[in-house]
Parts: sequence; C-alpha cells; structure tokens
Amino acid sequence: MLKIVEIDHLNVKYPDVKALDDVSFSVNKGDFLGIIGPNGAGKSTLFASMLRLNTKYEGTIKFFGKDIRKSKDYLKEIGYVPQKPIFEKNFPATVNDVVRMGLRKESDVSKIDEILQQLWIHELSNRLIGELSGGQQQRVFIAKALVNKPKLLILDEPVAGIDQQSIDLFYSILRELNSKQKITIIWSSHDLDAVNQLANHVACLNRTLFFHGESDEFFENDELVKKYSEASMQEHMHHH
Amino acid sequence: MHRALISGVAIAILCSVIGLFLVLRRYSLFGDAIAHSSFGGIALGLMAGVYPLWTAYGVSLASALIITKIKKKYDISGDAAIAVLLSSGIAVGLVIIGISGGFTIDIFSFLFGSILLVSVNETILILSLTGIILIVVLLLYRQLLYSTFNEEQAKVSGIPVEKINYLIVFMAGLTVVTSIQLVGVLLISALFVIPNVTAIMYGKGFKSTAILSISFSILSVVLGILISYIFDITPAGTIVLLSIGLFTGTMGIKSMGLLSKN
Repeated sequence: MLKIVEIDHLNVKYPDVKALDDVSFSVNKGDFLGIIGPNGAGKSTLFASMLRLNTKYEGTIKFFGKDIRKSKDYLKEIGYVPQKPIFEKNFPATVNDVVRMGLRKESDVSKIDEILQQLWIHELSNRLIGELSGGQQQRVFIAKALVNKPKLLILDEPVAGIDQQSIDLFYSILRELNSKQKITIIWSSHDLDAVNQLANHVACLNRTLFFHGESDEFFENDELVKKYSEASMQEHMHHH
Repeated sequence: MHRALISGVAIAILCSVIGLFLVLRRYSLFGDAIAHSSFGGIALGLMAGVYPLWTAYGVSLASALIITKIKKKYDISGDAAIAVLLSSGIAVGLVIIGISGGFTIDIFSFLFGSILLVSVNETILILSLTGIILIVVLLLYRQLLYSTFNEEQAKVSGIPVEKINYLIVFMAGLTVVTSIQLVGVLLISALFVIPNVTAIMYGKGFKSTAILSISFSILSVVLGILISYIFDITPAGTIVLLSIGLFTGTMGIKSMGLLSKN
C-alpha cells in the first residue's frame, strides 16, 4: 500500500505545554482519515506542522516518501481547507478570483468552471466572497483546494458555524471525492456521527495519539466512543 | 505642461496599483510613513549637494525594509511601527535642516510637490520605474494577490510569502519617492489610499476594482493638473481634493442605495 503521509515520533513543545507528545501514524493512498479530539488537543498544531506552517518540531514528517524539511514540492499535491479562512470582509475578490488564486497554471483556467460546477457554486462565480454565507464560502475554499486536482485533501474542522443543509452537502461532496475521485482525505472533526459515516480510518488525538486504526475498530470499542462523545459533548455545551 | 500630464498619469497608475495591495493589507499609512522618512533623505541630499531624490530613494527603501524586519522580529503592531518610522523621518530631516542653517525654497517643493516643473530626465525616470513596477506586478499577480488575501493559505500553496511581502514594501518605497514630485511628501498617502477605498465601495472583483481605482486616480490627477495650471493654484491640493470629491460622491451614491452589488 502506497504511503502518502508518514509521521514518526512527532513532538511539539510550546513554552508552557507539550502540544504534541510522540505522535506517530501513517496515511495510505485512498484513506479517509477522521481525526477527533477536544479543543486544544493539538489538531491544529498537527496540521500546521504537516503544512510547514510550524517548523519547530522534533521527529519526522514525510509526504510521498520524502521528508518535508527537505523540500516543499509536496505542497503542490495537497489541497488544504482551513478551519475558518480569515480575510478582509470587503476584500474585492469574487468567487472566481478566489479559486483562481489556488490555480498554479494560468493555462488551466477552464478547470475553474469545472470545479465550481462540481461543487454547485457555479452561479456564485461573480459574487464577492465576503457576501456569501458560511456554507457557500466553505465550498469556495474547497473548490480552491481542489482546483489543481490534488492527491490529498486536508480539512481542519471546516463545519464550525455552518447550517445543517450546507453540512450535509459538504459531507456528500467529501464522500464523492474519496470514493469516486480516489482523493485521500485527512479531516479533523468534532462530529463523531459524521466521522462514523464517512471515514474509514480514525485517529483520536489529545496531545498524544490514543487510537489510530480502522473506523469499524474504533466504533466497536464502546469505551473509546463514550470517552470521545463525552469530550465532544462537553465541548458542545461549552460552545453554547 | 505635457510632461506634467504624462508623469502625472504614470504616477496615478502606479500609486493606485501599489496602494490597492497596501490598503487590503491594512497598511494604508505605510506610504505616508515612507514619505516622511524620505523627507530625512531629501534633507540629507540637499545638505550634501546630491540630487535629493537619490538620497530619498536610499533612505526610504532602507527604512521600509528595516521597519518590516523590526515589525516581524519584535512583533510590533503595524500602526505602531508606522508611527515610529513616520516621526523619525521628519525628526532626522528637521535636525539636518537645522544643522545646515535651513534651505527654504527647495524643501517646499518636496513637501508639496512640483509636478509642473518636472524635467525631461525626471519624466523618463518616472516612466521607466512605472513600467518596471507594473511588469513585476503583472508577472507576480497571483502571488501578490494570494498573499494579500490570506498569508497562511498562500504559504500552504507554496508561495514564498515573506519574499513577496518584502517585494511589496520595496515597490511601495520606490513608488512613494517617485510620486513625491507630484503631490509632495505630505499628501502621498492620499494617492495610495483614496482612489482604492473609493473603488472598493463599488463591490467588484479584484481586476475591476483595480481598473476603477486607476481610472479615479487618473481622472483626479489630470483634472487637478489642468485646473491648477489654469487657476494658478497648487496641483497637489487640487488633485487630492478631487479624489476626495470622487470618494464622497461614491459614498453618496452608495448611501442612496444606487450601488447594487453585482
């Protein structure tokens, strides 16, 4: 099985806390990995390290068999959707402009229409990004991440603050990307039910890795499920 | 007169293009800060008997790069960094003027601009710099836009964001000093900021916004130069007042609900 990501003894220390403690796992081609864990569990730190946004770590991270400290070429094969993309509210960029920013080759401009159609946001093409709802913006950022036809898609809890209908649509898009287009997906989420439905692998992270394996294995282990649903429930309560 | 118009149009285009990136990066006053620091450079040039804009280029580019470095290294907020740069430039200029016993006339033309007196060589310099900077912007359009929109995502897409940031600051430094002849040290940020905030109010995409901003900028510069020539008043003030007129006019149209977005 071709390994897309290999993380080996990853440690990240902040002045006061250890954000990640000896985390090791790998992701195979075609996997749909759901990463679950409470807020402050180190999911964002993990992603930041994987994307070279945080370079102060110990251990090794390899993408497509190569150490990411040595070359950033692997970023070309990755699409990334952040938790909540931050931009100026009145930034003069249309949906088309935003997706085009992700496009590496200007000659591939026809891919923009293609991807907008695929994500049902074609009719929003000329609207300003700041005018759209959270769910629509999320689809625009997925479109931007997908426009170069990446081999791997990384999504950081992207459903926060989005209506149910958009969330359902988002899940069906993810399912199709993984099953039909064979894109490997790494997705951090609070939503255990959704992880159960979509992911074929699960990683439970809370600074250290408590579990990593097939999703059936996780969801058949009542103790683990209970622990993580409590954690996510508490967080849910905390949010409200 | 035609030299003033040609240089004026080139500077108008340059300032609105570079200004759009600065405004969207919340760096609106950066132009002002570089301009003020270039005042120190101008005073230095006048004292040393060198063409003052050369020393202004040197000083303002150096201070633009230093302030970007300091801001990054010591985590000082953008507005505070700008305030430091702004006052130190003027302070250095005043001290130098004091030491050399004051040079009244020359310094005024740099404070308030003297576009009607622009020479053939200066026009060539203005046109060449405008051409070079616009070519760089067009070649690196996606990188400049993306890193302005969201630095983190641009980094993840493999864009060398830090180098792009330095490039923008460097181009802003060149633009400011080049524009001193049109509106002077004191009013430069008006050319960077006002046409762009006016254009952004129309709620269009990036290219349309840039084209609108360039149009507003050219309109105020050309009309401003013509009016000031005819009525013998200062071009700098007239140009800035005209662009403020376009800005308030747009606000009026917008508040009447006549600017439907798309």
